[in-house]
Amino acid sequence: MNQFQNFTKGLLKENPILVLVLGTCPTLATTSSSLNGMGMGLATTFVLICSNAVISLLSKMIPDKVRIPAFIVVIASFVTVVDLVMQAYVPDLYKTLGIFIPLIVVNCIVLGRAEAFASKNTVWSSLIDGAGMGFGFTLALGVLGAFREILGSGSLFGHKFIQGDGILVFILAPGAFIALGYMIALVNKIKQK
Amino acid sequence: MEYILIVISALLVNNIVLAQFLGVCPFLGVSNKVNTALGMAAAVTFVIVLATIATYLIQVYVLNKLGIAFMQTITFILVIAALVQMVEIVLKKISKPLYQALGIFLPLITTNCAVLGVAILVFKKDYNLLEGVVFSASTALGFGLALIILAGIREQYELVDIPKGMRGVPISLITAGILALAFMGFTGIV
Repeated sequence: MNQFQNFTKGLLKENPILVLVLGTCPTLATTSSSLNGMGMGLATTFVLICSNAVISLLSKMIPDKVRIPAFIVVIASFVTVVDLVMQAYVPDLYKTLGIFIPLIVVNCIVLGRAEAFASKNTVWSSLIDGAGMGFGFTLALGVLGAFREILGSGSLFGHKFIQGDGILVFILAPGAFIALGYMIALVNKIKQK
Repeated sequence: MEYILIVISALLVNNIVLAQFLGVCPFLGVSNKVNTALGMAAAVTFVIVLATIATYLIQVYVLNKLGIAFMQTITFILVIAALVQMVEIVLKKISKPLYQALGIFLPLITTNCAVLGVAILVFKKDYNLLEGVVFSASTALGFGLALIILAGIREQYELVDIPKGMRGVPISLITAGILALAFMGFTGIV
C-alpha cells in the first residue's frame, strides 16, 4: 500500500466515525455547529499525529506487557499539551468544547490507531495514517456539524442565510443522535451498492 | 435537599448518556440484551463510585499539594486503569459469582469516557467528597437506566423488519434520539 492510499483510507473507506463507529461521544457532543465540530476534529487530529509518531518510535523499546498503559501515558501527555494551548489561545472554543478536550484521552480512535497501526509500522507511515484518520474524523464532524447547524439555526459556519428560527431540536441532544443515525444509514446504503 | 437535587439532576435532567453524551460507546455496544445491559450497568456503577473517591483524594491531597493540578488528565486515566485492574483481581479472589457476572465488562470500562468524565466533572462543579459520591452514584444509575431502556427497546426490534441500511447502529442511534427527546421532558424539574 503506498502512502497516498494510506492517507485516503481514513477519509472514506475506513472513516473512523461513519464506518468504524469509534469515538461517538465527542462526535455527538461537539457538533452543535460546524465550527465547533471542526475545532474538536483538529484537536483530535493533532493528538493522533503526535501520538502515532511517538508510539511508532518507542514501540521497540516498550515491553509488550505494559504497552497499553505506556500508550495511554503518551496520548495523555499530548492531550494535556492541547488542553493548555487551547485554554491559552482559543478560550471561547475551549469553553464550548469543555470536558471533551481532556476526554480525547479515552477516544477509542487514538488508542485504536496506536495499537493497530503505529506499534507495527514505520514513523513516516504512522504519521500519514494519523493524519488521514484525523482528517477523516474532522471531515465527518464538520459535515455532521454543518447538517445540524443548517437545520437547527439556518446558518453555516456562523453565517445566517435562512431567516427565522430553525428546528431547535437539531441543536439539542436528540438531534445529535438522530442526525448521526441517518448519516451512518446513508453510508451503509451507499456501501451496499 | 441539596443531595436530592443532585440525584434528580444527574439521574434524569442531565442524564449522562442522553443529555451529556458520555459513555455512548458502551451504550450502543452492550444494549443488545437486557441481561448484559444489567451487568454492564452494575459494573459501571461500582467503578464510577470507586474511581470518583480515588481521584478526588489524589487531586486534593497529592496534585493540589504539589501544585501540579495540570497533570489531572494523565493521573486520572492511570488511576482509573489501575483501579479497574485491582477491582478485577479482588473480585476474582473474593467472589466468584460476582466476578463471572461483571468480569467481562471490567476491561471495557477503562476506555468508557463516563468514568473519566465524571471524575473531572466533580472538580468542574466544585463538589466536596460526599456530594461527589452522591453525584457519581446517581450519574451511574442514570447511565444504567438509559442502557436498560434502550436494551428493552432493541430486544423488540428483533421481531421487526428494519430496512437493511438502518440495521444495527443507525436504528439504535435514532431510538436513542427519541429517548433523549423524552428525557428532555424532565427539564425544568430542577
